[in-house]
Amino acid sequence: MAAAPGPIRLVNLTLGYDRRPAVHHLEGEIAPGAGLAVCGPNGAGKSTLLKALAGLLAPLGGRIDRASAAARDVAYLPQLVEVDRSFPINVRDFVAMGAMRRLGLFGRLDAGERARTAEALDRVGLVGMEDRPIDTLSGGQMQRVLFARLIVQDQRVILLDEPFGAIDEATTQDLLALIDQWRAEGRTVVAVLHELDLARRAFPETLLLAREPIAWGETRATLCGENLARARAMSEAYDRLARECLRDEEAEHAH
Amino acid sequence: MRASACGTKKPNMLTDVFVAPFVDYEFMRRALVGSLALALSGAPLGVFLILRRMSLAGDALSHAVLPGAAIGYLVAGLSLPAMTFGGLVAGLVVALATGAASRFTTLREDASLAAFYLVSLALGVTLVSLKGSSVDLLHVLFGSVFGLDDSALLMLAGVSTLTLALLAVFYRALVMDTLDPLFLRQTSPLGEFVPFLFLGLVVLNLVAGFQALGTLMAVGLIMLPAAAARLWTHELSAALSLAAGVAALCVYFGLVFSNETGAPTGPAIILAAGLCYFVSLIFGRAGGVLRLKRPRRHLEG
Repeated sequence: MAAAPGPIRLVNLTLGYDRRPAVHHLEGEIAPGAGLAVCGPNGAGKSTLLKALAGLLAPLGGRIDRASAAARDVAYLPQLVEVDRSFPINVRDFVAMGAMRRLGLFGRLDAGERARTAEALDRVGLVGMEDRPIDTLSGGQMQRVLFARLIVQDQRVILLDEPFGAIDEATTQDLLALIDQWRAEGRTVVAVLHELDLARRAFPETLLLAREPIAWGETRATLCGENLARARAMSEAYDRLARECLRDEEAEHAH
Repeated sequence: MRASACGTKKPNMLTDVFVAPFVDYEFMRRALVGSLALALSGAPLGVFLILRRMSLAGDALSHAVLPGAAIGYLVAGLSLPAMTFGGLVAGLVVALATGAASRFTTLREDASLAAFYLVSLALGVTLVSLKGSSVDLLHVLFGSVFGLDDSALLMLAGVSTLTLALLAVFYRALVMDTLDPLFLRQTSPLGEFVPFLFLGLVVLNLVAGFQALGTLMAVGLIMLPAAAARLWTHELSAALSLAAGVAALCVYFGLVFSNETGAPTGPAIILAAGLCYFVSLIFGRAGGVLRLKRPRRHLEG
């Protein structure tokens, strides 16, 4: 694990595709060791925010300030659908991909890394499945494999996009325990969650996002009925005649 | 009289068909070496094309090579370096333009590729017809494996060596880019370039192949053995070497068949590969029809 980084600051951050904002003027700070849940309705910009934190999407406006770690030095779990599960590779080799930042594309997978992979498989409860091709795994097993890869990545900051979608209760329990361990080790965990109960159970801090930030703070206070109603009211409608956002200029005039 | 002739000939029948042509004729040896080189490097590329669901992209790129080769032909006549260079440039331009168009516009990669290669093909046919004859066009489309001179052989061997070396060096990158491109892009600054490297290798092999087999047949030697190999094994490393082996056998038997019957070599080689593919389709242990229709008794747990 790299040296402890400072906080990740989101400064007037606007993210989106083709000039359309998916996250609009977000301001805040993710402290080192934070356990942050990102909740909100569909189309609220949750996954977009995670993509930007993983360095896969350049902001339309504002910026993401990191004290030390480069964007590549975070571990990112995308939604399951983005992995080609028909590819002929076994569980062990898939999990060993996590060593990428240490070995690069050409480094040798030495005994130390092999041991790391074996240990990660043990921690997610997949011992004995090492030689199974990934297309024979169930959805829950595949999610465990992806978590094992995150363990091998061994990063200070871990981003999880819908880690519990379509996962049974037993697997969810095991993976939540793993997230608790990560937090105990001082890692920062940011997770997009659909089920508010999971946020209340496992994450002390929550960002409620509905394109605009609705609330950001202690989980129970953030997920109160009033905030949730405001989030639901967000229009997903796509305004074809939307004008340019002048909020930054207006703010400047006010100063 | 006839019987005695048969009697003296019979012990040598097999060597006559399978060995003698290569011993007796230099052009057969050259054809064998040249197409073996292409088989060894092209077939593993084909396995990756299949895994990346780009089986038809190889076909499209093979058409895209045509106008470049045609321009080379118009400028310098039937000169291999000129046609190769032209084909290479045309293929790479289409590959790059396709990658760029799918990244920077809303059009998906398959649509961009179709658009670029169709324009490219039309341009190629126009160029050849305006200046050359239809015989020339046939030569470019179907190649002539018996016309391999020293420079053609050197180029085939060079392309084959370069391709296998780059495949070995960038194997991990290529696997990751096929399996989980988002992960590769997030963890490695090289991630963005891997698809271009791969398409570049495909174009290089197609161009190297068009002199020997023609633009249309070269893609067959890349795809068919790869498709056959995928029906026999779930292991990627095994599929890669199996595809190369199958391709090499197809080249050999294609040449023998062509020599015996006088059939054109390019199509003969591809027909041999097609035969391998159909046999695999029926008997393949990893997804063949018989295995899927009559699975073995299920296991206990």
